[in-house]
Amino acid sequence: MTTPTPRVASRWSRFRGSYLLYSFKRDLVAQLSLVVFIALVAMAVLAPWLAPMDPYDLAQIDIMSSELPPFWVAGSDPTYLMGTDAQGRDLLSTILYGARVSLIIGFGAVALQALLGVSFGLLAGYLGGRMDAFLMRLADIQLSFSTLMVAIVVGAVVKAAFGGATFSAYAVPLLVLIIGLAEWPQYARTVRASVLAERSKEYVDAARVMGFTSRRIMFRHILPNTLSPIFVISTVQVANAIISEAALSFLGLGMPETHPSLGSLIKSGFDYLQSGSWWITLIPGLVLVVLVLVINLLGDWLRDVLNPRLYKG
Amino acid sequence: MALLDVNHLDVRFALRRGDVQALRDVSFSLERGERLGIVGESGAGKSVAAFSLLNLIAKPGYIAGGSIHFDGRDLTAMSDRALRHIRGHRMSIIFQDPMMTLNPVLSIGEQMVECLKAHRRISTREARAISLRKLEQVQIPSPAARLDQYPHELSGGMRQRVIIAIALLLDPDIIIADEPTTALDVTIQAEIMALLLELCETHHVGLILITHDLGVVSQVSQRMLVMYAGRVIEQGPTREIINDPQHPYTQGLINALPQMATPGSRLNQIPGSMPSLDNLPSGCAFHPRCGFVERADGTTRRACIDLVPGYVTSGNGRVACHMVAEMLERERIPAEEIR
Amino acid sequence: MSAIAHAKAQAPHPAPAAETASPLLQVRGLEKHFSLSGDFLEQLRFKGGRIVREQRYVHAINGVDLEIQRGEALCVVGESGCGKSTVARTVMGLLHPSAGEIHYAGQRIDDLSHKALMPYRRRMQMIFQNPYASLNPRMTIQQTLEEPIRLHHPDWSAQRVKQQVAEVMASVGIAADWGGRYGHEFSGGQRQRIAIARALAVDPEFIVADEPISALDVSIQAQVLNLLMEAQQQRNLTYLFITHDLAVVEHFGTRVAVMYLGRVCEVAPTATLFARPRHPYTQALMSAIPRLEDDRPQHIRLQGEVPTPVNLPSGCVFHGRCPHANERCRREVPALIVTAEGGQVACHAVEEGRID
Repeated sequence: MTTPTPRVASRWSRFRGSYLLYSFKRDLVAQLSLVVFIALVAMAVLAPWLAPMDPYDLAQIDIMSSELPPFWVAGSDPTYLMGTDAQGRDLLSTILYGARVSLIIGFGAVALQALLGVSFGLLAGYLGGRMDAFLMRLADIQLSFSTLMVAIVVGAVVKAAFGGATFSAYAVPLLVLIIGLAEWPQYARTVRASVLAERSKEYVDAARVMGFTSRRIMFRHILPNTLSPIFVISTVQVANAIISEAALSFLGLGMPETHPSLGSLIKSGFDYLQSGSWWITLIPGLVLVVLVLVINLLGDWLRDVLNPRLYKG
Repeated sequence: MALLDVNHLDVRFALRRGDVQALRDVSFSLERGERLGIVGESGAGKSVAAFSLLNLIAKPGYIAGGSIHFDGRDLTAMSDRALRHIRGHRMSIIFQDPMMTLNPVLSIGEQMVECLKAHRRISTREARAISLRKLEQVQIPSPAARLDQYPHELSGGMRQRVIIAIALLLDPDIIIADEPTTALDVTIQAEIMALLLELCETHHVGLILITHDLGVVSQVSQRMLVMYAGRVIEQGPTREIINDPQHPYTQGLINALPQMATPGSRLNQIPGSMPSLDNLPSGCAFHPRCGFVERADGTTRRACIDLVPGYVTSGNGRVACHMVAEMLERERIPAEEIR
Repeated sequence: MSAIAHAKAQAPHPAPAAETASPLLQVRGLEKHFSLSGDFLEQLRFKGGRIVREQRYVHAINGVDLEIQRGEALCVVGESGCGKSTVARTVMGLLHPSAGEIHYAGQRIDDLSHKALMPYRRRMQMIFQNPYASLNPRMTIQQTLEEPIRLHHPDWSAQRVKQQVAEVMASVGIAADWGGRYGHEFSGGQRQRIAIARALAVDPEFIVADEPISALDVSIQAQVLNLLMEAQQQRNLTYLFITHDLAVVEHFGTRVAVMYLGRVCEVAPTATLFARPRHPYTQALMSAIPRLEDDRPQHIRLQGEVPTPVNLPSGCVFHGRCPHANERCRREVPALIVTAEGGQVACHAVEEGRID
């Protein structure tokens, strides 16, 4: 054989030569989105160290300094850069902590969705037949309950059984559960579709002929080849989960005001919009919009790159 | 002057790594009513050659040099409008996959009538009559009923017949057929090829047949081109090339066929595989796979590695090979000495 | 007529010792139908004022009998939809037969459990048509080749597995440094070598090759065919080779089975079949191969096209296109009969001596 053989590349050099990096370098929107996203995540993660005050610590709150405007508006207090909310909490600190809560719920819920959706989708797509029919009807039923319905039911059950205080104390895991349960079918459908496409390929037949168990074929052979759509849908789902959480909190079904997420901050400020304290709602709202927007932009970019039909080596 | 005259055609594709030359220095001609076969393996550039004739190369590709004269006019310098007139009207194309040409939501008749009316000012009734006559020519059973059927109601062989009928609609001078039977079974393939051949002969239509199947080329075409890595490496009368191929690649291609070896014995394989167009070897693109880089006496033909071979005339054909050139040179010298 | 009557009278004719040994693979009365109708609710149809349950099937294989002797290459040829790939996939256990039995080395294997089948999985391997789809895109060549060895030899040390991979890579002409790379970095011919290496990695004795060279270029086809023939000699392999290309069959096959619409219409030793094809379909198929020495197509013209395998014709499946069909052909399914040359043919016209 005289065919020239390219060198064996290390993982890093393969990444450096990859289409992923190439297209990222040429896409200004993706670069900006990633920078903003990383900055927001970093600020949220580092909130306990970055924030001027701890909004959860009642001792630090001074009701006398409530509803102070941000620094560029007349009547502001230089201690509170973004102003304060109705309870006198520093808005900047509250937003940092709130973004933290929103991101935790967003990623947590998506992790749960992915766990449920990927396993159900794999089972349905690979095994087919009755398993497929059963799981997909289950998904249809789940989809016919909106997130709101699930939240009301779970909230009502928990509050009735353990009382409102327990609900508030366990609000974060409960919201993860609610949003995770309500939206797994999106995952399951996407995964099932790509499992069906992969299953008909000959490498799967080759693995079956070898005598591998169904479990090994599903997880070792098919799953790695469905990762691209899983990544793409994950970005969209994180954005959706953050919005769902904000919506639930805004409706009072989510995070309590003592432990606010971006959504409950927006709600808490909403009552004061009429009295002219627009910043309590508007600033966290802007942060939410920017966060969701950059995640969606990154998702769009990822979808364009990973879509094999658009892929040009 | 021939009906179609392609001279030194260069086609490039602008990719992110830079330009890739898909065709280099392609020259051939086609007389009225002549049948030409273009043979090559995948990646040899045979489809690009056909598409460039109609200026149909998809976007990153462009004609970088050379000329295509059809009936005395240069197609590379023509406006889109004028080209569209020639396309379909005077040259038509048959693709490998009939569904690329047929619209699945229109009936066969609607598609044929639409095509006719786009090029001629005639009534729908006249157009339908012509369509029916063309379907009869391609020997479709119950042609009148087919006019109202949809492409998915027809079998693969039947669809390809419809495609041929559409290609014949406007009585073109040349039909370009790009692997027209590759997707079909052998028995259907044989019938479609026989039909195509018969129609070209009776209507005196020129045919450019692109295929990888040497058997089909030898049955249908009068002259043939062999392509390798974007170049025509040998061209001439089909019979001469099949019986006495000059270029080592053509020889290899013919000798690799199972019918050329005793059953059960080792086949004469060509080592290696076709280089990709963006990474061509130096000199003759075939030299890493060629058994003639080394002479019989053990010395190496440096030219094969260093120089892109030019064309030499051998018999009634032309070959791009240093070895053949050297042999011809050697034959000529004694002849001159005798004189 | 007389030749066949003669052969029938003599059968079973005395055979050499090797042939009397039991065949390696035996397929008996194999049938495979695929349902077209979906689940129960989708099968309900409204007909003539009543709701009836209607099931429609694709009859991919309808009663196929095949025997493969040790060391031979049995080629199954036919056009698309004749069921040749379904035979291959059913033999390998990728599909469950609707009826019939598959015996491997004397043991019935089509009804075995996953666990009981494992020893046979090692002995039987498969090579697929599309080298672009048959390698897992997320696995390196090394991983692809090691995986089956680890499965079938769990007691082997990592060292021994690596050695086995190195040996099999060398035997199919793969450079040792390809191991760390992925399938998409290679050309079609190279990928098919890798797929062959994967099949050979567990030292099988029987290989089913489903159109292994159809997706490859002419010059590469010769390389892969040579490789398969070398492997057969070195490892004493038995092949079930599925193809539509009669030229390849003539070169590669020990015996040939010609299939049409899910039935075997002729089985014969390769040389016999090519010297004297008996079945009208075999004759038509052979005349349709474009040959280099032809100046124009010279095929036998058949009427019509292949019927769909959903509504099978009655009697002989070929009767609608056959120039020699008569009333009996339309009514009665022909059985395989032994010919004087040692082949078998399923044709009333041959049996009656109406055609040669």
